[in-house]
Amino acid sequence: MIGVSKIKQYSNVLDKPLSKGKQEVSLSAFAFLFSELVQYNQTQVDNIAELERSRLEDAGYAVGARCLELLCHREKGNRRETRLLGILSFVHSTVWKVLFGKVADSLEKGTEHEDEYMISEKELLVNRFISIPKDMGTFNCGAFVAGIVRGVLDNAGFPAVVTAHFVPMEGQQRPRTTILIKFAEEVLRREARVG
Amino acid sequence: MAPAGPRSGDAIFASVERVNAELFTLTYGAIVRQLLTDLEEVDEVNKQLDQMGYNIGIRLVDEFLAKSNVSRCVDFKETAEVIAKVGFKMFLGVGASVTNWDAEGTCCSIVLEDNPLVDFVELPDTCQGLYYCNVLSGVIRGALEMVSVPSCASLSLVFSSSS
Repeated sequence: MIGVSKIKQYSNVLDKPLSKGKQEVSLSAFAFLFSELVQYNQTQVDNIAELERSRLEDAGYAVGARCLELLCHREKGNRRETRLLGILSFVHSTVWKVLFGKVADSLEKGTEHEDEYMISEKELLVNRFISIPKDMGTFNCGAFVAGIVRGVLDNAGFPAVVTAHFVPMEGQQRPRTTILIKFAEEVLRREARVG
Repeated sequence: MAPAGPRSGDAIFASVERVNAELFTLTYGAIVRQLLTDLEEVDEVNKQLDQMGYNIGIRLVDEFLAKSNVSRCVDFKETAEVIAKVGFKMFLGVGASVTNWDAEGTCCSIVLEDNPLVDFVELPDTCQGLYYCNVLSGVIRGALEMVSVPSCASLSLVFSSSS
């Protein structure tokens, strides 16, 4: 039967009460969906850098922006983070806990540059069922997660450049993933001013 | 040893690894947004969503058969029931019901009370012809084709959100 499927809208979607966030779907449903996202984007671009940056990261950016709003309202009672360490620990703990079910493995400050921070994860949820062929070099689907982090930081008033990298670990078969966050100049100047 | 009987949707869902539904919802929203930006035509987006669903369905059916242990369905009615009760439950965590059978028993509607794909979603006026959840039609079509149930080229799913 070829018919019309419509979403019945009883009222404005903004009138619906916000869910508690406890609903779950199976990991495989998410993994299938994410693989389709990556496959679709592969057909749309010519090179890896573009695939990572403009497609996957942008998709993640939109998710991050919405996550920030949702979590600020639900988890933090509408309180806004104004300090660098505050927003970083929000991302590392709250955002990670809600999206991936656990806090991130570690949060470190970069040693070489003042404006760099790193969130590391042994195995990113999105990368669990993905293997990168040799000819794609350093491509990392964690760019989606980097996009989520960038979306959260940007919309919270901490513009940054966020990228995902594989870091090989000795004694482990799969490399660790590090999300590198490089804050913009203005963020550091503001932090210094506020003291 | 007798083979294990079919497992219920709830039991399977409790035993698989799960992720937060909001991550799933927001990722799907990002996909639809990307498609709308790239393709612009609502019909093209519907087709692409169906194709993506089809690609998912042909792989998903393997996992479904492996985890659920269902025996071969004797007729389409049973197939639809299994999809609604076991399939949707085990992947999306929500139950569905089958209604609206036609006279020959070849056509039905599967109704989802609570669809995780459409949380937080409101369609603007410019996208009124968009079948937002068309990926689900594709998944079912792909899965059925893999188990040799010839199904019509487009399934339509009716969703009613609880008030």
